[in-house]
Amino acid sequence: MNILVKNLTKFYGSVLAVDNINFEVRHGEILGFLGPNGAGKTTTMKIITSYLAPTGGHVLIGDIDVEESPDEARRHIGYLPENNPLYQEMFVVDFLQYMAQLADVPKDRINSRINEMIEVCGLQEVKHKRIAHLSKGYQQRVGLAQALIHDPEILILDEPTTGLDPRQIIEIRELIKKIGKEKTVLLSSHILAEVEATCDRVVIINNGKIIADGTASDLRTQLFQGQRYTILVANKSLEEIEKQLKDLASLENYKVIDPEQKIISIQGKGDVDLAQDIFNFAVAHGWVLTLLAPEQTKLEDIFIQLTSDN
Amino acid sequence: MNKIMTIAKKELNTFLDSLSGYIILVVFLGITGFFTWLSANNIIFIGQADLLPFFSVAFWTLFFFVPALTMRSFAEEQNTGTMEILLTHPVSFSQVVIGKFLGDFLLILIALGFTLVYYISVALIGPIDHGATVSGYLGLIFVSMAYISIGIYASSLTRNQIIAFLIAVAIGIFFQFIFGIMASISSGILSEIFDFLGFNYHYQNFARGVVELKSVLYLITITVLALSLSVLNLYSRRYK
Repeated sequence: MNILVKNLTKFYGSVLAVDNINFEVRHGEILGFLGPNGAGKTTTMKIITSYLAPTGGHVLIGDIDVEESPDEARRHIGYLPENNPLYQEMFVVDFLQYMAQLADVPKDRINSRINEMIEVCGLQEVKHKRIAHLSKGYQQRVGLAQALIHDPEILILDEPTTGLDPRQIIEIRELIKKIGKEKTVLLSSHILAEVEATCDRVVIINNGKIIADGTASDLRTQLFQGQRYTILVANKSLEEIEKQLKDLASLENYKVIDPEQKIISIQGKGDVDLAQDIFNFAVAHGWVLTLLAPEQTKLEDIFIQLTSDN
Repeated sequence: MNKIMTIAKKELNTFLDSLSGYIILVVFLGITGFFTWLSANNIIFIGQADLLPFFSVAFWTLFFFVPALTMRSFAEEQNTGTMEILLTHPVSFSQVVIGKFLGDFLLILIALGFTLVYYISVALIGPIDHGATVSGYLGLIFVSMAYISIGIYASSLTRNQIIAFLIAVAIGIFFQFIFGIMASISSGILSEIFDFLGFNYHYQNFARGVVELKSVLYLITITVLALSLSVLNLYSRRYK
């Protein structure tokens, strides 16, 4: 089942929170929904799960319109809201049972589904405890178990790793990746490393508008044309290197990263093979090139570039 | 229907599983018991096997007791955000509201069930009007229904339980005695209308052993009205 978001708009009073956005999440894909706080991620997710009504536009779950048949759509959606709200006073097993009943899990399957979720989400040790007494990491797993209890085809996760420690974050990510293989997952985050580590594709949203959509590597090539290499020349002084570098034909610009170590970052022009050019250039000028390493543009750079324009 | 029972059961369990639920219950029984047995005007003092003292104090106790029960129903869910997991499941707003209503109602029935001890013990002392007792309990049940639904509506308006309690009491106070006062200071048809609007008028009939259809219908109307307003409120919240 796919999620299709079409011309979606949401006003809170006179404040425009989501501005005519379009995107699709395909089956078996984990889509990272990325944006700074207040960009409209949570609002969009609340509309997809039919908690809020859109001001304009549609959300389709497969071919079910969420506004027209919300109950039908909800049966296919598992939702972990922002901050993972849970009934703190309930026991884990009772809570999962309540959620299963609300989600229309057939009576004879409820117990086996609860056991499955306890297994998958690693809740064995805490299943008879009150939710309030669990650590944040365990609570997050309970939240995921709740979202998955009816085996939904679609999973909406709003900042699933907020407030967890690094080890818990890795555990939850692994869990999401494992689950995400057979489902359609939309995962929001303002942490870029998270999206890069977990997601197949990224949609970046800012001020209610989508400003980028593609795989992390797509976005890199789209936004940062030309390659980038780090070099180190052992037998020349920094001044000499800088002076001679100006003659490198395929050079777009360069930046001295570490004057002590003489490490320089070189940005190439459009479509040239920068590594080869640098090597030939070094041979021609008698450089002893001890480092020639390609640089990866981080998603972070893309994100900052895209969202800082406003 | 299944969903309603699921929600009602969860609500009831939350009360029975928490200390505050028992505290409210004990306070209710304590107050009604105290006024029935120990204070002036009590059964022993009037020297008559009569539950009227109980019925008049229960009427007032419920007026505070019910909002204390209902204040958490939606306010807490809105405050903690669990409203979001509740309402993104395949349940309708009316199922949620009725489920919560039923959960609270069952707890009131349990509380009233305990007060049957008063009835039994009074019946052992001397001859008692069984008919009036049954109709008195019916009165308590119908008035409770109206107050529960008013309380649930108040709770749907805010995320603060104390404010929910105060709103419920503020609305309830009209039915509890302001309409009665207005009836006594006005005259003619106006006085009759105000008298009819107040719960006291209807409740007095029940307590005396008179079950009138118009009273039953009036209290049910208030119940349905307040529950409908709660549903409407959940509905409009989506468009904010």
